Amino acid sequence: MKIIKNETIIQEVKRLCQEANYALPQDVYQALRHAYETEDSKLSKQTLEVLNQNAQIAQETCSPICQDTGMACVFVEIGQDVYVDGSLSEAIHEGVRQGYEAGYLRKSVVDDPMFDRVNTQDNTPAIINYDIVEGDQLKIIVAPKGFGSENMSQVKMLKPSDGVEGVKDFVLKVINDAGPNACPPMVVGVGIGGSFDRVTLLAKKAMLREIGSHHPDPRYCDLENELLEKINQTGIGPAGYGGKTTALSLNIETYPTHIAGMPVAVSICCHVARHKEVIL
Amino acid sequence: MKTITTPFTKEDALSLKAGDQVLLTGTIYTGRDAAHKRLVALIQENKPLPFDVKDQIIYYVGPTPAKPGHVFGSGGPTTSGRMDAYAPTMLSLGLRGMIGKGYRNQDVKDAMIQYSGVYFGAIGGAGAYIGKCVESCEMIAFEDLGPEAIRRLVVKDFPLTVIIDAQGHDLYDIGRKQYLGGKKDE
Repeated sequence: MKIIKNETIIQEVKRLCQEANYALPQDVYQALRHAYETEDSKLSKQTLEVLNQNAQIAQETCSPICQDTGMACVFVEIGQDVYVDGSLSEAIHEGVRQGYEAGYLRKSVVDDPMFDRVNTQDNTPAIINYDIVEGDQLKIIVAPKGFGSENMSQVKMLKPSDGVEGVKDFVLKVINDAGPNACPPMVVGVGIGGSFDRVTLLAKKAMLREIGSHHPDPRYCDLENELLEKINQTGIGPAGYGGKTTALSLNIETYPTHIAGMPVAVSICCHVARHKEVIL
Repeated sequence: MKTITTPFTKEDALSLKAGDQVLLTGTIYTGRDAAHKRLVALIQENKPLPFDVKDQIIYYVGPTPAKPGHVFGSGGPTTSGRMDAYAPTMLSLGLRGMIGKGYRNQDVKDAMIQYSGVYFGAIGGAGAYIGKCVESCEMIAFEDLGPEAIRRLVVKDFPLTVIIDAQGHDLYDIGRKQYLGGKKDE
């Protein structure tokens, strides 16, 4: 059994919140560079150049890439042989609290969602997802999520008879609805299967998967490629000004489902697809 | 590239067309969801606003806190559609320009035509880049709203694109159609 101190978790989450907001993941950065090389409309090329410069400025000056430094989504994989000294959830919330304050990150969380809507002033609570796995490691992924793109994500309970065409139609509908609101070029995660709640988590995990990685089933791999191509034929383009690069990537995650259902969720992220992780 | 300044007059507004790229220099005001809700409530109660909106430009933004020694943090545009419920009222009082990103609804477009307003797009996600255009920042109202408080900014060479002009032309439609039609704006 491994013992991990509460304070270690606080300090790691604090660091990850700041680093995730200052530096684009390498795969996203490279995808942006590649998009710049291949884009063929002038306004779109200019837009992508600004996004590249923005990422460089943010990293060099330790400034947030985007002012929406997000709600702190935290994915935890905890080995069943790990013992945390103190409350793990409280340590994560405390790490978020300290990271957002010390990092000059925007506090974007309100307490009551409908009536009061008073800013909690410290960006807590975080949204924490736990997976219990085998082993004695603790993996923490901090993925700050902005709501310009989050607001454009959608879920639909398709019928099995809707088939692959139903999935394609729904994904493209979501992209068209999102358009310029989601700060294209987007990073898209699609979840298929599971249940109403599970499918949205699949979509979010797909969104966080490395750009260029593929679903192990070649049929879904082909669907990833086909959907990305179709999205980039919509003409929405960078910033929505018209162009080729509407999305940088599209990943699919799947899970078994009920005989009566075929849930589909589309999780949209802007190009600022932030995530940093640590294994303790 | 055209340069525009504030106050941003009706004549200035009418000279711009969807797709024009401009550099904005001058004083602008920040405001997003919660601030707009309060502004429109003040208007309905016939109370004075914290600033005169006539011929001014509102930037839909909630910036990050400035670091010590800096006047401003990161500050790219937020999604404008959430202000659609309030924008026609603001335009009717003489607000001339709005800066944000994303679709506007027909009510806003109609009000922009009626009152000669312009909707500018800043590049979403370019918060650090845009933040460098801000030369000064002063909190003027609703400080309790934190990032949503109204601030008076002085900006220099803030790069913008006209999304919807005062005739109601929309770059989001035009740009997409032009691109799909094979017309590359060389």
